[in-house]
Amino acid sequence: MAKSSVARKEREKLPAPAKMTVTLHVNGVAKKLHLAPWTTLLDALRIHIGLTGTKKGCDHGQCGACTVLIDGRRINSCLTLAVMKDGAQITTIEGLAKDGALHPLQQAFIDHDAFQCGYCTPGQICSAVGLIGETRADSAEEIRELMSGNICRCGAYPNIVAAIEQAMSRKPASRPKGGA
Amino acid sequence: MNNFEFSRATDVADAVRQIAADPGATFVAGGTNLIDLIKEGVTKPSRLIDITRLQLNRIEDTNDGGLRIGALVPNSDLAYHPEIDKRYPLLASAILAGASPQLRNMATAGGNLLQRTRCFYFYDTTTPCNKREPGSGCSAVDGLNRMHAILGASEHCIATHPSDMCVALAALEARVLAAGRNGERSIAFADFHRLPGDTPHVDTNLNKDEIITAVELPPNGFAKNYSYLKIRDRLSYAFALVSVAAGLEIENGLIRQARLALGGVAHKPWRDRRAEAQLSGAPATRESFARAATTVLREARGFDHNDFKIELARRAIVRALTQAASGTPQSQIDKRVR
Repeated sequence: MAKSSVARKEREKLPAPAKMTVTLHVNGVAKKLHLAPWTTLLDALRIHIGLTGTKKGCDHGQCGACTVLIDGRRINSCLTLAVMKDGAQITTIEGLAKDGALHPLQQAFIDHDAFQCGYCTPGQICSAVGLIGETRADSAEEIRELMSGNICRCGAYPNIVAAIEQAMSRKPASRPKGGA
Repeated sequence: MNNFEFSRATDVADAVRQIAADPGATFVAGGTNLIDLIKEGVTKPSRLIDITRLQLNRIEDTNDGGLRIGALVPNSDLAYHPEIDKRYPLLASAILAGASPQLRNMATAGGNLLQRTRCFYFYDTTTPCNKREPGSGCSAVDGLNRMHAILGASEHCIATHPSDMCVALAALEARVLAAGRNGERSIAFADFHRLPGDTPHVDTNLNKDEIITAVELPPNGFAKNYSYLKIRDRLSYAFALVSVAAGLEIENGLIRQARLALGGVAHKPWRDRRAEAQLSGAPATRESFARAATTVLREARGFDHNDFKIELARRAIVRALTQAASGTPQSQIDKRVR
């Protein structure tokens, strides 16, 4: 312990490298930011831009709660440095609804009660948007395998798979829409 | 994370120049392992050199009929590339057995080769680890070692190499192209990763100021008779306890050529040429496969918690070779082992 605290103090003595200017296009809006190079995309979104829909779960790429889309591909924003994504198009959960209408996956998650606490949900939905764009999943079995990067501690998996199946096939909802 | 500097490399020569100029610098591409290691305080680079803008993202034919994979090709693009799917399905299968779709979208071919062990003690900076801190000791030898090596380990380190992709590359006899100050060189896959010996902190034979530019596959992809069988604690998104990459060429019931490599069992992807030679010319039967498994595991040694891996590996070898011989490779969607 003593050794690591000494190492930490030595590190703290180092001058902080200059911040870098980065432009991220988040949900279609250009955001110019001045960031330390070690700022993750997740922290840039949540702390610097104020979009807190993207969640920090494990912060180690193991849970998928931080999933966002970069140029249409799903990635873990907690393992991505914001400075490496200068100029990229980033889509977060806040960018999915269009003209006041929920994205079909958002609606499907409501229709199928595909969450309990909801903490993993933004990541699940962004991941599912990526999954559908990849066109590699046709069956429930393939959806399960290709959604394995998103952990749900409440165990809503069967309903998550059903919601994604609905959004993929555009089948009518199994229950009346909304409720409120 | 520690306070590192950040710069971008404009081309391979610039990347080599930058890494040579700063002994504490490291390259970053996908970042899926490196950023995590920095967060944990395991790796403390003075500078990250972003290589993602280098033109190393192509998959192209080589003159000898093989395929050259640029170091920056993302794992998912590689696995789903039509030529890989058709000519090297063993590689596609191994890649899809690893990580998650998000991580495969980020992780690169070159980075996959350089990822570090997921040994708990390597990650836990409060414990001794010869790989993280040379000379401090190995906590795993007498610790929790269920995930650890049964082949090629040393008293200094019993960590395993975590990659699935590399197991297939070992079996396919790939080559690694690396550029440095003295130009480019080609490294046989078997010579790329190292056994721990008394220098477990050195994972590979890549020099500090070299950059991987590509991975080359020879023409033979064993596309007809292959299987990648991965055994793990949960069905997806988990590291291998044992994995087996098997490739066979069979003529009239006799094996003409065999390839066999294991993951999750050693400090490097574990290819066994003696077992391959033994299979060559033998009938494609369970008895031949069992004999090959015995050969692969002739010097296997457990460290208590991982003793079960020896028998698991024996069965996995027989099963993967059986799947390969019958042309029914392990599905990476339906995980039932048949």
